Amino acid sequence: MGAEAWPGAAGGPGGARGAGAGLLVEGVDAGYGAVRALDGVSLAVAPGETVALLGTNGNGKTTLMRCILGLLRPTRGRIAATIDGVTTELVGRSPEEIVDLGIAIVPEGRRLFPRLSVEENLLLGAYRRSARAAIPRNLEFCYDAFPRLKERRGQAVGSMSGGEQQMVALGRAVMCAPRLLLVDEPSVGLAPILVARTVEKIAELKERLGLTVLMAEQNFHQAIRIADRGYVLVHGRVEFRGDSPAELGDSELVRKFYLGL
Amino acid sequence: MSGATLPAAAPLAAPRRMGHGAFWLASALAALALVAALRALGSEYAYFAATFVLQYVVLATAWNILGGYAGYVNFGAAAFFAAGAYTTVAVGKAFGLPLLPCIAAAALVGGALGLGTGVLTLRLRGAYFAIATLCLSVVLQTLVVNWDFVGGSRGAYVVRPREVPWPFDSYGGFLCAVMVGLAAGAVAIARTVEKSRLGLGLAALRDDEAAAEAAGVPTLRLKLVATTISGAMMAVAGAPLPYLGSYIEPNSAFGLAYGVNAIAMPLIGGTSSWAGPLVGAVLLASLQQAATVTISSAANLLIVGVVLVVFVCAAPHGIVGLFRGQR
Repeated sequence: MGAEAWPGAAGGPGGARGAGAGLLVEGVDAGYGAVRALDGVSLAVAPGETVALLGTNGNGKTTLMRCILGLLRPTRGRIAATIDGVTTELVGRSPEEIVDLGIAIVPEGRRLFPRLSVEENLLLGAYRRSARAAIPRNLEFCYDAFPRLKERRGQAVGSMSGGEQQMVALGRAVMCAPRLLLVDEPSVGLAPILVARTVEKIAELKERLGLTVLMAEQNFHQAIRIADRGYVLVHGRVEFRGDSPAELGDSELVRKFYLGL
Repeated sequence: MSGATLPAAAPLAAPRRMGHGAFWLASALAALALVAALRALGSEYAYFAATFVLQYVVLATAWNILGGYAGYVNFGAAAFFAAGAYTTVAVGKAFGLPLLPCIAAAALVGGALGLGTGVLTLRLRGAYFAIATLCLSVVLQTLVVNWDFVGGSRGAYVVRPREVPWPFDSYGGFLCAVMVGLAAGAVAIARTVEKSRLGLGLAALRDDEAAAEAAGVPTLRLKLVATTISGAMMAVAGAPLPYLGSYIEPNSAFGLAYGVNAIAMPLIGGTSSWAGPLVGAVLLASLQQAATVTISSAANLLIVGVVLVVFVCAAPHGIVGLFRGQR
């Protein structure tokens, strides 16, 4: 694994020699029992990009995240990650194997371990084998990026505010020394000012760590602040692909569904 | 659960904690001191009572590794305990081996049983897992009742060896020292698990199993490791039982008391740390032993029930939780 190029240094957006992490999703169908949540979804994320996955509740964003991470098995289609030039098929692999490749998620609603302390939550992000050696360095990075967490390292996470919990959730993902970061609905349950800060933090982490980011978000304005481009999911299908924030903002579909214009 | 209550500002940095080696050493020293103290008392009854209490220390500590750390409530503790006891009977009878090798065999049997149960049931969660473990007890008891080699429903007599191992003055003293050693080992293993990566992973899946999986914690593997360790230790707790009473039969070996105590003791002491089952077992087992002598053993389960109700209402995080403050 290219853990040695981490954190900070090298890699960087669109780095040379195929460095960085990319993701390819091709014709993925998935569902829960008789309910089909994804219908032939295809998308690509190139190394160093920040791609937004837009769509209101119930259109399949979280389902796609679950498929990528191996928590849900697609009924059809292909998902592959290319990390430093090595392509790995993800369908059929367990979540721990996929995380071990360097793919981390900040789940919807944060999903922290409420009775454990901040530091224990962070350490749990580094459970994968390849992240263990770098624990001291990554912990230091986390505390540098989120000074508040250092102050509260011994506190039970369940007793913290939503904004602080979001920091823990981001920190836990960072502890995994990821190459590809999946962020699912970072705005859920947060005050608008905190949503803005969280989104900025994601952009900052991306720059400092040379990450590739796929972010599912229903808050259109926040998402396009940091996204290079985006896809709009409607009823489990990719209905629109915008190759720039401007193109997304101009789209008939987006204007109709999100902006009420 | 009362996860929403806010604790007062927690300490910033946890106090530097004892290393694993130091804790094992401390356990060994405590065990030696306890053996010496019992020896000084020198009464057969003291040996018996201590053995009785300590078998529950092992059982409760073992149960807590799966039930407390991982949050999977196992109602089949009696099955594992009796499996250990009957391993001693079977191995002793078949190969004429003394107690210590029988304990090792019981650990293997209990570990295999734990692993097997885990593979079959750990995809079940919550109440379903609990029901499955309850069935295990019934199934195993039926097997033993119909197994003539170990006495079937008539039970089996186990004769204590005539010569007592050096330096003990009686077999009761030897048995008690073995139990002290097992209890110290069990507590040290539990503490090692608790403070290790394994313990952290188990705590994560206890809090939110789906989130643990998404964070890359190999939940199924950790659960299997926990059921195996817990099963092996519960069987070890039961292995000396035939020698304690010189007689064993299925109804008492698979008795309700073991299953209930294995759960009640950690709950009363506190399930989140190694000290909980230790404190709970010493308290509850001593109470029961005292009641057996003064009133009747028939009162034992009543005592467990009453104490459990009091603690669930007054101290939901157990005795250890009372001292630590809620966390």
